[in-house]
Formats: sequence, C-alpha cells, structure tokens
Amino acid sequence: MGKKKNLTPVQQQYQQLEQKHEIKRPVWKNCLNAFWVGGLICAVGQAITYFYIYFFDFTEQTAGNPTVATMIFISMLLTGFGVYDHIGQFGGAGSAVPVTGFGNSVIAAAIEHRTEGFVLGVGGNMFKLAGSVILFGVFAAFIVALIKTLWTMMGVL
Amino acid sequence: MLPMFFWAFVIGGLISVFGQLMFDVVKLTPAHTMSLLVVIGAILDGFGLYEPLIDFAGAGATIPITSFGNSLVHGALQEAEQHGLVGVLTGMFEITSSGMSAAVIFGFIGALIFKPKG
Repeated sequence: MGKKKNLTPVQQQYQQLEQKHEIKRPVWKNCLNAFWVGGLICAVGQAITYFYIYFFDFTEQTAGNPTVATMIFISMLLTGFGVYDHIGQFGGAGSAVPVTGFGNSVIAAAIEHRTEGFVLGVGGNMFKLAGSVILFGVFAAFIVALIKTLWTMMGVL
Repeated sequence: MLPMFFWAFVIGGLISVFGQLMFDVVKLTPAHTMSLLVVIGAILDGFGLYEPLIDFAGAGATIPITSFGNSLVHGALQEAEQHGLVGVLTGMFEITSSGMSAAVIFGFIGALIFKPKG
C-alpha cells in the first residue's frame, strides 16, 4: 500500500509497470491452506480440551485455559526444532491466527536474540512481535469493559 | 463429541481464512492482522457474542487469538461485578493468565535449550 499522492508522472508510470509485473498472490490456494491448517490446529486443541475435561475435572468453560498453555508448550517444541517455520510457510494465517502462532512469535524472538545475552537479548526482545497483540488487546478490552461497567452502574443495561 | 470436532475445525478454519484475507487482499502485516483480530474478539465479547460461539465451536473459538481479547474483557467484567470500576484493572489478566505465563515461561525455557538456526 503506497501513498498515491505527491508522485511525479515518472513515478506513477513506474508504479503501473511494477503492478503489471508483481506476482499475483494465489489468494484461493492460500485461503484453502489457511483453512485446513487453522482448522486442524483447533481440532487438536479440541482433543486437548476433552483430555482436560475427562482426566483433570475441568468444565467445558474452564478447560480453555490449560488447553491454551498446552498448545503454547507444543508450539515451543515445534518452534525449537524448526518445524513451525515450515507450517507457517505453508499455512500462512492458518498457523499465525491460532494461539500457537502467538506462542511461536514469543518463543522464536526469545531463541533468536539469545546470542545478545539473556537479559538484553531474550528479556528485551521476547515480546517484540507479540507486544502489539498484547497492547491492543489490553487497551481494547479496557475500553470495552469500562464502557460496559459504567453502563451497568448507571443502570442502562 | 464428533460434531464438536467438526465445528472446532470449521470455525477455527474460517477465522484463519479471515486472517489470510487480511494478509492477501487488504495487505496488512501479520502484526496488524493479529492486533485487529484481538480487538474484534474484545468487541464481540462486549456485545456478549463470543461466549455463544465458544459453546458452539469449543476450541474453534478458544484457540484463535480472538479469544485472547475475549478473555481479557471477560476477566475485567467478572472482577468489575464484584469490585466496581477498579475491577476493570485488577481483573484484566485473570482468565488469560495461563496463556501469558505459558508464553513467558516456555519462551525462556525455549531460549535456554534451543540454539538459533541460520
């Protein structure tokens, strides 16, 4: 996405030329891959959820928490052995959208910056990629919860 | 039990396809897409729409990153019911704490045992 404004005619010509030669992204194929990779990860998550319900007395509502932790553990192993990169190349958003993608971004950043030391490297860079997710998640949740609580207090809801 | 696996697969897959469309058609970066999905999850829970989705699709709704936004709002509201406005701050990470601590702990363990490649 470039800015269309303030371009000289030559630059505009170049942009048109560039667009003509740009490789079209295979959107349908990518979506199909994302669908079944993402779906498969969620089906694995469902299996782990049932495991916690039947063996550790979690309820349907609370089983989500240990499931997420387990999925992140699995994604640590897959990231460490370099398997997750391949899944990511193939599945695109299918590997990024599930919580394993969140785990992968934290763990990959931690491993990658290990050579810079544990405090400045690992500690400082761990949330380099996942930080934006946490920031906007927390801020949006804060606004939503604030509005809802205020409404409830004022008796609107 | 089997229909649950089916719906987890379908709904999880569909949310992933939504993310892929953000990548390919709207041309957002992965970081922008993930942030957007988390915000969408938070807003959906604000309208009370995410909980029915979890009942319907199980892990198909709890595993995608949208559920992170959902559980943030959920924890904040739960605590706000008991303690009023302060609860919005104190309860924020109540439910999502397992995911956050798992990411930090396993991230550090990963950095301890694995060596960077390439």
